[in-house]
Amino acid sequence: MTDDARPSGGRERAYTVRLELVDEPGELLNALEPIAAQGGNLLSIFHERGSLTPRGHIPVEIALEATPEGFEAIVDALRESGVAVVQAGSERYSEHLTVLLIGRLVGTDLSDTLSCLEARAKASVTDVSLSAPEGTAGTSSARLRLATAEADRTLSVVHEAAAEKGLDVIEPLTPGAER
Amino acid sequence: MKLGIIGTGAVGSAVARLAPEYGHSVVALADSNSAAIDSDGLDSERLLARKRDGESLGESDPGEALDGFYDVLIEATPTTLGDAEPGFSHVRRALEGDRHAVLANKGPVAERYGELRALEERSQGQVRFEATVAGAIPALSTIADLGAGNVTAVRGVLNGTANFILSRMAAEGLGYEHVLAEAQDLGVAEADPSFDVQGTDAALKCVILANVLAEGNGDNDADEAAVREPYTLADAAVEGIEHVPPSALELAAEDGRTIRLIGEVSQGSVRVGPRLVPEHGTLAVTGTQNILQLETRHAGRLNISGRGAGGPETATAVLADIGRLGV
Repeated sequence: MTDDARPSGGRERAYTVRLELVDEPGELLNALEPIAAQGGNLLSIFHERGSLTPRGHIPVEIALEATPEGFEAIVDALRESGVAVVQAGSERYSEHLTVLLIGRLVGTDLSDTLSCLEARAKASVTDVSLSAPEGTAGTSSARLRLATAEADRTLSVVHEAAAEKGLDVIEPLTPGAER
Repeated sequence: MKLGIIGTGAVGSAVARLAPEYGHSVVALADSNSAAIDSDGLDSERLLARKRDGESLGESDPGEALDGFYDVLIEATPTTLGDAEPGFSHVRRALEGDRHAVLANKGPVAERYGELRALEERSQGQVRFEATVAGAIPALSTIADLGAGNVTAVRGVLNGTANFILSRMAAEGLGYEHVLAEAQDLGVAEADPSFDVQGTDAALKCVILANVLAEGNGDNDADEAAVREPYTLADAAVEGIEHVPPSALELAAEDGRTIRLIGEVSQGSVRVGPRLVPEHGTLAVTGTQNILQLETRHAGRLNISGRGAGGPETATAVLADIGRLGV
């Protein structure tokens, strides 16, 4: 083992990460890159190419070794690179939350808003639909689907992030308890 | 019963017209300018026709109607916020004269609930206000039957105008301004629709519901509830529907959902705003329909839907209240 080569002091442990990848060339490689970059040790990859999720994504299960700190950095980096993380370690993102954002979404940098959300909430954006009938300068709407361990907490993070950018949020009546 | 009716808008005049059918007589009818008073009963149809022709209702001063011979005062003047005047003073005069008061005006019940109950305490008369929440839907009487302490949360679509606009926008893919203009042409929205589309009207109804529920929970939670001031509009978090674009409704529909202006009273908080609901779910009523959903402690969820506004509809709730005074 190469414990001594790692920057942080924690002991290495085995972790499992479940991802949902878009069915496009290079996506898997994209997803693996942050693991190596953060000093993780790849153990196995289970690429379920035959079983698409309802949204047409490919579920991928990755086993790796890392220190607890390293693992956290890997999950953050995966999310930042736009990969949908549906389960990290023992934490299962079993709740789903759908919200609408309304306002000058493009002008206020939607992708920045989304990374903001993922970084602050224990959540992963699994689907985004944007409708901008007035063009990029006008009012547009986006529907976000988030996978999360805590829908309520994630919802308050969504509100915070939206308020900072002057966006309106329309939330479901019962967060987390939906399909 | 002998009714004194103050306010001759859609609700007041419908109460005046329907009263004989329910076995009541109208002994005073007043608008903001004048009053007609007759202890033997008035011919409401004739008086209202006179008013339509631009004549005054009667020879008396509106204030005299309040001192008249009625058993029940029907307060049906327009809802005002803050001090809820002149509606509050009308009700006070009725109660101080040991008469009953039945309100269709939301202002006094939403903004001065504590004072209203205190006046009732000192009076031989009672205060009832079924008509202030969701028109013809028996919201408050259902809660009273269940026992307010057994109702843990209430939510619903409580404004027909906002619901009409959202459901038309969703069905036709039209913009807010366009549908609002259409609603105004149809008489569904008022010339100044701000009360409805900004969520104020729904919030007033929720505040009234919150006060009624808080009374019921006083027994379980004596320390906290006893000292809590009654809710007012200022306690409600309110958002309207003016900023909801058609694109938001489209995105919601792609996902099997839609947007409704939902009022909610739960765990002591009052909230009104546009929310995502399942497109074909119970709460997604269309057009001017209202729906009220009650969460109960022992009986699960109850839904009551129907017409939440309109003259004869709201008058039906007023007349039901008058009927309850007899017992």
